[in-house]
Amino acid sequence: MSVMVDKNTRVIVQGITGHQGSFHAGEMLKFGTNIVAGTSPGKGGTKFQDKVPVVDSVADAMGFQPNATMISVAAPFVRDAAFEAIDQGIKLVYILTEHVPFHDTMEVVHEAKLRGITVIGPNGPGITVPFECKIGIMPNQIFKQGDVAVASRSGTLTYEIVDAITRSGRGESAVVGLGGDPVVGQTFIDVLKLFEADERTKKIVLVGEIGGNNEELAAKYIKEHVKKKVVAYITGRSAPPGKRMGHAGAIIEKGVGTADSKIKAFNEAGVQVAEYPMDVPKLL
Amino acid sequence: MGKEIFRKYGVPVPESYVVDQASDIKEYRKPVVVKSQILLGGRGKSGGIKFARSADEVRSSVNELLGAKIRGLTVTKVLVEDMINIKHEYYVSITLNRSDRAPMLIASPSGGVEIESVPQNQIFTRRIDPLLGYSDYIGREAAKFMQLDKNLSAQFRDILGKLYRVFQEEDCELVEINPLVETAEGNLIAADAKVIMDNDSMFRHKDIKITDPEKTPLELEAQSKGYSFIELDGQIGVIANGAGLTMATLDALTLHKGKPRNFLDLGGTDDVEIVVNAFDLVLKADPKAILVNIFGGVTKADTVANGIAAAKKRFKITKPIVVRLSGVHEDEGRKILKENGIESFPTMMEAIERVVKVAGGA
Repeated sequence: MSVMVDKNTRVIVQGITGHQGSFHAGEMLKFGTNIVAGTSPGKGGTKFQDKVPVVDSVADAMGFQPNATMISVAAPFVRDAAFEAIDQGIKLVYILTEHVPFHDTMEVVHEAKLRGITVIGPNGPGITVPFECKIGIMPNQIFKQGDVAVASRSGTLTYEIVDAITRSGRGESAVVGLGGDPVVGQTFIDVLKLFEADERTKKIVLVGEIGGNNEELAAKYIKEHVKKKVVAYITGRSAPPGKRMGHAGAIIEKGVGTADSKIKAFNEAGVQVAEYPMDVPKLL
Repeated sequence: MGKEIFRKYGVPVPESYVVDQASDIKEYRKPVVVKSQILLGGRGKSGGIKFARSADEVRSSVNELLGAKIRGLTVTKVLVEDMINIKHEYYVSITLNRSDRAPMLIASPSGGVEIESVPQNQIFTRRIDPLLGYSDYIGREAAKFMQLDKNLSAQFRDILGKLYRVFQEEDCELVEINPLVETAEGNLIAADAKVIMDNDSMFRHKDIKITDPEKTPLELEAQSKGYSFIELDGQIGVIANGAGLTMATLDALTLHKGKPRNFLDLGGTDDVEIVVNAFDLVLKADPKAILVNIFGGVTKADTVANGIAAAKKRFKITKPIVVRLSGVHEDEGRKILKENGIESFPTMMEAIERVVKVAGGA
């Protein structure tokens, strides 16, 4: 299998009739994602776009044998929706929603870990393997099949960089958005392990930002364990300390999480860091 | 206030009461600390502290502080709090360890100073498994490190259990007691309380109103309108979509010797009015020029172009606007801008170089 998902991945969308859920489910179908069902409590028995069955609960959706879910429900209901999916043993849980209390995410992430379930997000763009499966909100038209794997803590910036990679003539083997919250399911190290093992992936791009020490830990891991070429971009070098730069997790606290510290760690691990996002393809 | 939350959960804090006029002062029993209460919100530290060792001193301290100006705000309430006899000061906190994605207990026998200045070998840190929660064995490990005797250890572990409940039930990023005081009478008491709650959890805590004292009036206005907006000290107004791309825009501007006036993330939108209102905010910050950087996806480039054109008309903007549009519907978007006499570029670097030039930078 490619990174996390492939053409055989059977996806459900929790909250498929909502504003965000319906729009992105539609885009995922256009991309080629195999959406086997959607949930919307009280709307069971209807169909989404005349083809995808809508059911009341994840329990009801299990008849369609899903192995991945996209959760697109309002923040106060994310914990419940994630537990519902975990309880049914769905192996991949992607949470699109922004502003989920991190105490909720903490519980979801640790409960999932105990059961060998992968959590992506919250507050990230999801996962895309062109053109086998997309779970999430990345724009369809920026991708081209190729050998570059991208992991990122942000959304739009990822699209900018993926677009630049595609325009340079290369393409992508997988793109994973970790999410912009202080607590998320995937670390750079988790994803690096998958990229290193993935046959299609030849080169790796990490898109980091200020806050926490995810990048520093990744740099150390790359030095010791990653043989494939890795390049990076770090955003937030001009950010003042103590301010949350849009993402709840993008904040320099007590000197921890500066862009300088991350760039230094990457350089020491032999990872070149691009000055501007559009320079990333030049380093590959 | 942190101490009120502590009291609710049974964490021992000094006895106190609040007055807004001297006639409400209670009968004098023992020495007190009189502290001005300024409504700076959860994170604001109140200034203006006086010590009083007699009924007369209490009265004069209260009178002196009421009506005084502290950090530009008039004091209308003061707190009268029992003075405590300090024998020793400890430190304890529970915070989120981001890389571990779990709470972490931090404790030290050296309290009363910033924990960052305490030597590492005097600091006890311990992961708390989020699914197991706090249990007494964790407290025993900490108490042993702190070399607490049996009496103090029992009190300490009781406080830790309650502190973890505060951390969890109030959705905290940090709960901190510094100093945790051992009194001459042999009791542990929280002489100070710091509670930082997760903004994203406020739907569960409707009784609490957070007013971040570090936010500017314009930042608060933006927050109430649902924008992620930060004021900076440069001259170039910035509107972009997505937190990461907005940060990258500020970084690129700075590398080109341009100085951003603000951070504004438009988010994912397909609504012209959201763009117009974003301009309203940025214009209030009075920049010399405005840079819009959009990579269209969920946010369509033509929607943004229509918003920019509408804002230009509505606010009669004469300041230079430089736009970068690419992604979904970029051709339609650039056509709309051209018809409205607004400059636009397909790449971010061209737009950045241009806006720095028109703003009179490098």
